[in-house]
Amino acid sequence: MNDESRVIEVSDLTVAYRDKPVLWDIDLDVPSGVLMAIVGPNGAGKTTLIKAILGLIRSAAGQVLIYGKPYSEQRRLVGYVPQRESVDWDFPTNVLDVVMMGRYGHLGWVRRPGQDERMLALEALDKVGMRPFADRQISQLSGGQQQRVFLARALAQDAQVYFMDEPFQGVDATTERAIVSLLQELRAAGKTVVVVHHDLQTVPEYFDWVTLLNVRRIASGPVNDVFTEENLRLAYGGRVAFLRGNGGSGAHENGPTPPETYDEPARFAQ
Amino acid sequence: MNLLDLLSSLFFDYTLRTVALGSATLGILSGALGTYAVLRKQSLLGDAISHAALPGIALAFLLTGSKAPLVLILGAVAAGWLGTLLVMSIVTTTRVKDDSALGIVLAVFFGFGLVLLTFIQKKPNAAQAGLDKFLFGQAAALLERDVVTMAGLGALVLVVVLIFWKEFKLLSFDPEFGASLGFPMRALDILLITLLVTAIVLGLQTVGVVLMSAMVVAPAAAARQWTDRLGVMVGLSALFGALAGVSGAVISSTTARLPTGPTIVLCITAIVAISITLAPNRGLVWRWVRHQRNRRRLRVEAVLGDLYALASQHDEPDHGHSIAVLRAMNRGRGGVTHSLEQLEERGWAHQVGPDEWALTPAGLAEAQRQFGRHREASA
Repeated sequence: MNDESRVIEVSDLTVAYRDKPVLWDIDLDVPSGVLMAIVGPNGAGKTTLIKAILGLIRSAAGQVLIYGKPYSEQRRLVGYVPQRESVDWDFPTNVLDVVMMGRYGHLGWVRRPGQDERMLALEALDKVGMRPFADRQISQLSGGQQQRVFLARALAQDAQVYFMDEPFQGVDATTERAIVSLLQELRAAGKTVVVVHHDLQTVPEYFDWVTLLNVRRIASGPVNDVFTEENLRLAYGGRVAFLRGNGGSGAHENGPTPPETYDEPARFAQ
Repeated sequence: MNLLDLLSSLFFDYTLRTVALGSATLGILSGALGTYAVLRKQSLLGDAISHAALPGIALAFLLTGSKAPLVLILGAVAAGWLGTLLVMSIVTTTRVKDDSALGIVLAVFFGFGLVLLTFIQKKPNAAQAGLDKFLFGQAAALLERDVVTMAGLGALVLVVVLIFWKEFKLLSFDPEFGASLGFPMRALDILLITLLVTAIVLGLQTVGVVLMSAMVVAPAAAARQWTDRLGVMVGLSALFGALAGVSGAVISSTTARLPTGPTIVLCITAIVAISITLAPNRGLVWRWVRHQRNRRRLRVEAVLGDLYALASQHDEPDHGHSIAVLRAMNRGRGGVTHSLEQLEERGWAHQVGPDEWALTPAGLAEAQRQFGRHREASA
């Protein structure tokens, strides 16, 4: 299947940690130019799915194609925003330097970033409203600013497909709005964006495509078709209370555990 | 001995010159590579590597019968490297955490090394003498050929660091992102650790396996206090290492029976102590001053707020409020008199009677600006 409109094709993807399957037989087709949310309860394997697609975690079985070819041949088309907490923000470096790391893949071995990379990084910082912070030491950033720096780094990658792991995690309202408008800009530019998300309420507002995940793929498709009470119940079990809105189907978590996913993939960090 | 004599002997005394050069090389290398170990939270790895190197030195001597520096260094590098890989594979394949894995490998390798050293010493062979200097180091025994070997290998290590500068930065800051870009992070990890192992091994003869980890961690920890840039940190760490190496060599040469290795470690400890207390921004003194300033500012604000609250209960703005009332309102915070003086200096409060204070019109406006709006916003 070499359909041009299929940006991401995942087939039979299985990831196991010791004997326990974390992802089981996932099939996923993501068309071009959508904003897709991956939602599911804690430990559903949302982060693991992204990492397995990017080859950061070894999968037990399955195949991943980006624009019809294996990821290893398409790296330059892919941008990645890891979880903000995955790095030490006390590292001795500044904002511009971190964003320039987005160009390292294009630079290849040994070559140092120069004036071109600097310009691209500054442009990327402009897009997330962080240009005035270019020379700021990264330990002096707020959580929302850190997140925007990571987004700018991905923008500097100048990719066609973006994978973002919990970009809305613990950010202020300003940053949340900035990220949303950035996502919309990316979609307008024809990019495809996959976002691990856990605020069910904002799914219909922010995204047009959604994948519900709980170790297995529960459902995947346009938000209007797939983001239904039945599917949510399948993904979350009985832990979701549903708000019947007029027309739209919103829902919020009501479970005993807060909707956070820190604990889920920590042991896969390697 | 005065300073001039010291300088002249540093340049013209063969032994001191050799020891100082060797110690400086050791300091530069362990300082530069230690930066990465510290930033990657692998400080203890240096300790494990240096201890793990001991059996390698002993085995290299047993197998070849030679004490040539390159032979012993190769043995040490091999063992140190093996120990590190063992730690890494224990962590990835078992449920043992990295601190325990480091502890196990360190103890087992070091114990095995001690056994081998004892075995060698009991052999009826005069050539074995001197291997135990690797335990605590014996800088005075450094020969010119040792220093040449150290400098040559050391230069190689530094060149590799420069070549892979960007890749090592990525590895230290965000290895997962690096992997997503297609860089082989595992291979880079092993390369960087190999360089660290080499740097450590080159210092063993001078400082010894027991104290070597100090030379890995301390210069980098000190350097981190002074800078927020990786390049500067690597350079500064190397400089601190070299400074400690040379001063340790000089100090121990001027005093009888003062061993060089431990003296070097004491010198770097002094540099760390100075850095931790005095460095701007990160230094303890700096932080204490900032903390005090904040506290004082908050206290002044609190008193301003109290005066404002009291004033809003009276119609006439010049009604005085006694210090005792303000003290009661600021129990546990103290410094009311000082705060009032500060407010008076700014023209926000004035004394209206014995121990009685009130806000000035300017102070009232300021309090309204600070607290009035806040109250509205929170309402």
